[in-house]
Amino acid sequence: MSGAALETRALCKSFGALTVAHAIDFRLAPGARHALIGPNGAGKTSFVNLVSGALAPSTGQILLGGHDVTRLSQAQRVKRGLARTFQINQLFRALTVLENVTLAVSERHGVAGDFFRPAGKRRAVIEEAHALLERLGIAGEALRPVRELAYGRQRLVEIAVALGLDPKVLLLDEPAAGVPSGETGTIIDIIERLGPEIALLIIEHDMELVFRLARRITVLVQGAILVEGTPQEIAADPRVREVYLGERAHP
Amino acid sequence: MTQGRDTGATALFARRHRLRLAELLPWLLAVAVYFVFPDYLALGAQVLATVLFGLSVDLVLGYAGIVTLGHAAFYGVGAYTAGYLAAHGVGAPAVGLLAAIAMAGLAGFLSGLVILRTQGLSILMLTLVVCVMLQEAANKLTSITGGADGLQGMDVSPVLGIFDFDLYGKTAYCYALVVLFFGWAVARIIVHSSFGRSLTGIRENVARMHAIGSPVFFRLVTIYTISAAMAGAAGALIAQTTQLVALNSLSIELSGTILVMVILGGVGRLYGAFIGVPLYMIAQDRFSEIDPTDWYFWIGLLLVLVVAFGRGGVLGLVDALARRLGRGRR
Repeated sequence: MSGAALETRALCKSFGALTVAHAIDFRLAPGARHALIGPNGAGKTSFVNLVSGALAPSTGQILLGGHDVTRLSQAQRVKRGLARTFQINQLFRALTVLENVTLAVSERHGVAGDFFRPAGKRRAVIEEAHALLERLGIAGEALRPVRELAYGRQRLVEIAVALGLDPKVLLLDEPAAGVPSGETGTIIDIIERLGPEIALLIIEHDMELVFRLARRITVLVQGAILVEGTPQEIAADPRVREVYLGERAHP
Repeated sequence: MTQGRDTGATALFARRHRLRLAELLPWLLAVAVYFVFPDYLALGAQVLATVLFGLSVDLVLGYAGIVTLGHAAFYGVGAYTAGYLAAHGVGAPAVGLLAAIAMAGLAGFLSGLVILRTQGLSILMLTLVVCVMLQEAANKLTSITGGADGLQGMDVSPVLGIFDFDLYGKTAYCYALVVLFFGWAVARIIVHSSFGRSLTGIRENVARMHAIGSPVFFRLVTIYTISAAMAGAAGALIAQTTQLVALNSLSIELSGTILVMVILGGVGRLYGAFIGVPLYMIAQDRFSEIDPTDWYFWIGLLLVLVVAFGRGGVLGLVDALARRLGRGRR
């Protein structure tokens, strides 16, 4: 078996009596289209926070491209090709769309710490950020402050900032959350067009999106993996129907 | 259709750091004041030095979003450093200024290492604590600082060995203006650099800056150190031009006042201090003459009006007005 893009080994995290991650053994293959689903409070976002380094695990290991990154800071993990988006937009609201993405691209190019050269003279950085906006169809709003955009458009910026890091592993935390149903298609299109060099993990509630995009699905319940399989296997699994799909059928 | 707009977007971004004509206005005014108001140059020198202090606050508050209630700590360290040297035979202003910059920068770096690990209200409290601790230390170390009596016996030599400090404040004014200009040039280069832009990123959303791989703590310590050094230069200017250093240069009151001045002008715009500081100090000067007992009330009223009608201070009001006139340039 070739090396995983991302792997967790016996990953645990608890806050006092509350366990949000219980011995999670997870493997994301290179180029994967993998979804992580589970009922509310299953620990999906905590898992993203553990992997990205926003939370430190109680025990266990996190490997990125075969290297142990458990002790590394968020910034160091980003340098190794890990990027994430947030369930609730985490953007630079007063700054323009172009500037939001430029910040990420500057960090990746290693020029963001430069005191002297005006940011405007970084043509390569700006062009790259702008090309990314064109790819996502938001170049027309490049100069508008993010806070003036409709929430659905902001969701695209949220993804654009992460893509500005040119990630090898991309964690999308509910990319369609808060997006009007008519605009979910745009998000799905963008995710579908991502290249095979990106291993993708999508945390999502929207089952339509999950079954359109994912080739593998992991179901998380109370901080532990219940089952993993292909979309067909998951849809047919009685345990999943009980804890997750069933819950939706009988509200 | 989009092609034209798109090239416009990147081009506009690329032009933003270029010097605009309006940015020369403060300097033209400052030179004009020298000739038009020769009787006010002593006050003018203090205004210029305080603008530099305000500029240092704008760097941390307006750009990096560090809310500080203790920036007088670094101003005071600079003032005492320059004052101590002048009182002990090192009267050359340039030497005192450089020493003040170094000492204040060091104080900023060391306290920043502790303070900037926290966020929000904790930062506010810790900046305040540093300021109080330094003031109390200065109060106790009477052999160095003169304690509550203030530093005695400063003897400042002519600037660069040529320009003697005169009674009218001509030399003081020019000296302060030159130092302020250098401070402004440094600040302007920084805020338009990639580093400066990343500071606004930290101000807008720390969590996201971590998530895009930014060494947030390192960046904050860096700007805090630079800002502290600049505040120290301002303190040195005041000490050398007034030949006086007292405990109030390390006070929380001064920390608060400078914050008010910068907010009055508008934060995060580089020129907030250039407007807020003169406005506040001139208003203070005028009001206290017109209404010696209640002048502080009028200052308060002025502040309430500006904050109520323009959240971005005076510069925010100007922006809003320009937009209303349909000339918003973005």
